Amino acid sequence: MSRLGEWLAGGLLITDGAWGTQLQAQGLEPGAPPDTWNLTHPDRVEAVARGYVEAGSQVILTNTFRANAAAMDGDLEAINRAGVAISKRAAEGRVLVFASMGPTGKMLMAGEIGSEAVSAAFAGQAAALAAAGADALLIETMSDIEEARLAVAAAKSTGLPAIVSFAFDSGKNKDRTMMGATPEAVAAAMQEAGADGVGANCGVGVEYAAPLCRRLHAACDLPIWIKPNAGLPKMEGSAVSYATSAEFFASHYGALRDAGASFIGGCCGSTQDFIRALVKERSYQLSVISCQ
Amino acid sequence: MPDLENLHQAVIEGNWKAAAAATQTALAAGSPPLTIVTGYLVPAMDEVGRRFECEEYFVPEMLLSARAMKASMDILRPLLAASGAEPAGRVVIGTVKGDLHDIGKNLVAAMLEGGGFEVIDLGADVAPERFIDAVAKGNANILALSALLTVTMPAMKAVVEAFRSAGLRDKVKIMVGGAPVTQQYAESIGADGYGESAATAVALARKLVAA
Repeated sequence: MSRLGEWLAGGLLITDGAWGTQLQAQGLEPGAPPDTWNLTHPDRVEAVARGYVEAGSQVILTNTFRANAAAMDGDLEAINRAGVAISKRAAEGRVLVFASMGPTGKMLMAGEIGSEAVSAAFAGQAAALAAAGADALLIETMSDIEEARLAVAAAKSTGLPAIVSFAFDSGKNKDRTMMGATPEAVAAAMQEAGADGVGANCGVGVEYAAPLCRRLHAACDLPIWIKPNAGLPKMEGSAVSYATSAEFFASHYGALRDAGASFIGGCCGSTQDFIRALVKERSYQLSVISCQ
Repeated sequence: MPDLENLHQAVIEGNWKAAAAATQTALAAGSPPLTIVTGYLVPAMDEVGRRFECEEYFVPEMLLSARAMKASMDILRPLLAASGAEPAGRVVIGTVKGDLHDIGKNLVAAMLEGGGFEVIDLGADVAPERFIDAVAKGNANILALSALLTVTMPAMKAVVEAFRSAGLRDKVKIMVGGAPVTQQYAESIGADGYGESAATAVALARKLVAA
């Protein structure tokens, strides 16, 4: 059995919530790259990770979303290694650590970057994350199938399981990526690229997640990773709030499970409370089933 | 005018080589540069914008069309300048301070250029003083601000206020856009307009220039 298969043998896994918005709550300056905090404020990053472990996350990510050479400068090797080390400290061997790899932020098809540079950026990051002891690599918030293919190839070369997740936030039904890719096209292309799992994260909110999950699930044989936003952000004066409550978010647990999700968590705006609510909802659903 | 029909088609299909070739042929046959822009390039980009709004086109198709349009404009711009033709407007564009995201801003800049505007692109993470400087030096009549993050949106308000303090608020129309930005937010910070997408940004810029 594959490593992913072994982890999922006991049923679907609850992952974590947002990092960026949680780090901002810890004092991260708006617009500052969160990843550098792995070196400058490791205690505060660990507090976010620990919060998710305590809330009941079975998989936590790392604060390494931007730490590829195409997206940011700095000592990326150290940032990536520290990111994994921090999450592993918080995990204490009780939960899995999947290392986060975000997009380059540059467009291949616009000629802003070449495919060699994209591959090199992802390969450098994946190698550092793997060397630091991540359990798997999670490529997330992708919109371009070509870029994701290069990321999957780089991630797979480490020998770790690689899951790749896209942001579906465009089109009338919010079921396309910014580049216009459908869940079906994404699932087929990522299975062909050798990904061990495929999914949807970020996007416009949890209400849209179950249909996306069902379509991804129907279009490939891979485990499905689902991590929607807590709705779209709203500005009230200078404060930012997210429309979705933890309870409303968690009420989608059953629908996501039935749609074939193997991993469920939250993206931007979701907090430790969202994970606690998901865990509670799962217990409730299991108790209902056992009474039938 | 078969060459110009080809140009129109090349822009819609996003074929930059065909767009450049059709532009050269049309010029050689005596078509005035301004007619090529207003009669063919602008309507072609309007059609691209319409397809984007109708979700027949997504970002990749739009980028290719913008590139085809740019190939044609690169040939026409010196001729237009020599003939003294004025652009549709002068736009200073940038992503606000603290925000490094520029994909959306680049797309808006490309669409505005396609719509016949002269565009001065300041890039990302731009401080209010740089916007003021560029608008003053470039004699721009439109300032376009982008932000992707809720946490950097307040920097838009800071730019509007900086123009007010500098006594330049009346010299320029300010339009704002980006994922978290809404019409309501645009109004609340005293901007002149909000563009929901790169396609609507062109129509908005034309409206603001005419106002």
